[in-house]
Amino acid sequence: MPFMPVKFNLQKRVKLAQGLWMLYWLSVIVGILIFSLGIFFKIELRKRSEMMDNNESHLVPNLLILVGVLACGVNAFGGKVCHDSLDPIKFAKWKPMLKPYLLLCCGFNVLLLLTALLCFLMQFAMYLTLAEGLKNGIKFYKDTDTPGRCFMKRTLDMTQIEFRCCGNNNFRDWFEVQWISNRYLDMSNDEVKDRVLSNVEGKYLMDSVPFSCCNPGSPRPCLQHHLTNNSAHYDYDHRTEELNIWTRGCREALFSYYSSMMNSIGALVIATIFLESVDMAGLKYLSTALEMMSDPENPECESEGWLLEKGVKETFTELLAKLKMLGKTNQVEEGGEAATAAT
Amino acid sequence: MAVGKVTFTKAEREKLAEVLWLLNWISVVTGAILFGLGLFLKIEIQKWQEVMSDQGILYVPHMLISTGLAACCINFLGGKICLDCADTNKFLRWKLVMMPYVVCTFFFTSCVLAGALMCYSIRSQLEESLFLGLRNAMRYYKDTDTPGRCYLKRTLDLLQIQFHCCGNTGYRDWFQVQWISNRYLDMTSSAVVDRLRNNVEGKYLMDGVPFSCCSTFSPRPCIQQQVSNSSAHFNYDQQSQQLNLWRRGCRQTLLDHYTGIMQSIGLTVLLIWLFELLVLTGVRYLQTAMENVLRLGDPESESDGWILENSLAETARSNFNIIKNLGKCYQIDDDPNINVPTAAAEQEVLSQQVQIPVTS
Repeated sequence: MPFMPVKFNLQKRVKLAQGLWMLYWLSVIVGILIFSLGIFFKIELRKRSEMMDNNESHLVPNLLILVGVLACGVNAFGGKVCHDSLDPIKFAKWKPMLKPYLLLCCGFNVLLLLTALLCFLMQFAMYLTLAEGLKNGIKFYKDTDTPGRCFMKRTLDMTQIEFRCCGNNNFRDWFEVQWISNRYLDMSNDEVKDRVLSNVEGKYLMDSVPFSCCNPGSPRPCLQHHLTNNSAHYDYDHRTEELNIWTRGCREALFSYYSSMMNSIGALVIATIFLESVDMAGLKYLSTALEMMSDPENPECESEGWLLEKGVKETFTELLAKLKMLGKTNQVEEGGEAATAAT
Repeated sequence: MAVGKVTFTKAEREKLAEVLWLLNWISVVTGAILFGLGLFLKIEIQKWQEVMSDQGILYVPHMLISTGLAACCINFLGGKICLDCADTNKFLRWKLVMMPYVVCTFFFTSCVLAGALMCYSIRSQLEESLFLGLRNAMRYYKDTDTPGRCYLKRTLDLLQIQFHCCGNTGYRDWFQVQWISNRYLDMTSSAVVDRLRNNVEGKYLMDGVPFSCCSTFSPRPCIQQQVSNSSAHFNYDQQSQQLNLWRRGCRQTLLDHYTGIMQSIGLTVLLIWLFELLVLTGVRYLQTAMENVLRLGDPESESDGWILENSLAETARSNFNIIKNLGKCYQIDDDPNINVPTAAAEQEVLSQQVQIPVTS
């Protein structure tokens, strides 16, 4: 009792072959899209790798690139098979390859599922990497003379300007680090000496933020220094002032940017899984319909196509039995060899 | 003595019609490109419209948009006409439309050329507009509470951040305007009052710049106040001063930005103009060839096609005569329905002398 049988006449077969061919080429385009999204994601990660301590995992974009290339190849082959399916001579060439091809497609679907899962789960790793990277970024902001870190200031400034954020969690992170290098501090000045001595670690801390935290939309010129001191500025209350500097933390900003990217890519991969399954089903119907033609010489005859030769349960039990047999044949062979060795 | 005379066989005429049909469809695509370029330029200009004093520059993208749309329509019609021209019977349908169509396309092609030339000639007007616009923007930078000017601060800050520029000609322009509003100045403080009194117009001027002038490439945290006073800051040497703020003026930067865009657009439009000219020439040849076939009467025979029937001087002269006689027509009133009892015979003689030439 075949699973989900459908009767096909010549017209239906031709329509199925044509529709399936177009669907396969659509899948090739989707494969190209996944490939380019993988490259785009990789470039975006590289662009801001300084914010992540150069420690970010490139697993997801690399996997996307691989999956994109595989999708192109697998679907192009499927398209060729569909194109040749209506010509019995050409189709005979492809017939023996169909079963392994469908198994390959199944494996490919599993890989796609794994990729989609990774797209959603790696966001946690990304969050932690961003937190660590930004913390170090803020710490090394002042080290513009240390090789390897001389561009940290510029990168962090441009990130804060571009993503409209300030600091790691919020702007107060800047109060806890010395972000002005000692080169630019007049150590002979009493004020400077006081401030440095009042701190346990000898750091020059102040309640100020860099200029890149400034919000251009603020109605008053940016106040960067003495942010918690209301009397330092005319008509200023630091508790109610919201427009002066960006209040969002850069970790949140960067994370929401990357997570929306990863979510949309994951959704696209899931859609690709459905598309691939439809392709596989269509190909199975087409191949069984062509094989089950009662009179191969007469193309006009009717035939039946199905997804599985027997019902789902029966196919499953057969598969299990086959696997067990594989195991047993190995054992029988060993026993036989042992017997021959003994004799 | 025709200009550019070429003889066409029937097969050649049909081939010409097919090729022109294809070229007309490509022209529809180039017309859409023209429209897109105009739209892109309009959006780019509107982004920074607030720092431009006059909106006259907008006629360049408007011209491109309208010519692009016209190109699509004219070439769509042209494609249809050329497809029908392969067959003499179908050509009869379009016979009367062809000449006006060719004249229209000629004027439209000159509009495309005018659009391309405008792209190159707009530079001086743009510079003037940017100079005045930026000067006003800097003056009104502090007026974030005045309706109509409340977003000028934000626009100018974003401009300076994005284009890496400061001020009109340079950062010193900020020393000459009061860019901190009186709302945020403590008028009871003696320092503030002194500074206000120092200035003739009572403005609070200082050698400080807004935060958006700060350069992200500077190795040290930005120095915004007392920018020109090197002793006010520790270790503030010449090199620090150079890297501290953006050195370029926003006028020059924006001018370069827009000139670059418009030069590329102008070049593309010139190429499109050349292509349109080619299509126009082809259509003119097809039109004259088909008309001559009809004149000869035999659809299978060869026929001549040309650009102008007579030489350029003769055509110009005959057109000029047509225009002159059009004028004369309106002066002499020989309408028989009007009852003019006096000098009726005189008018009859005059009306016989007027020749109304037949247009070809």
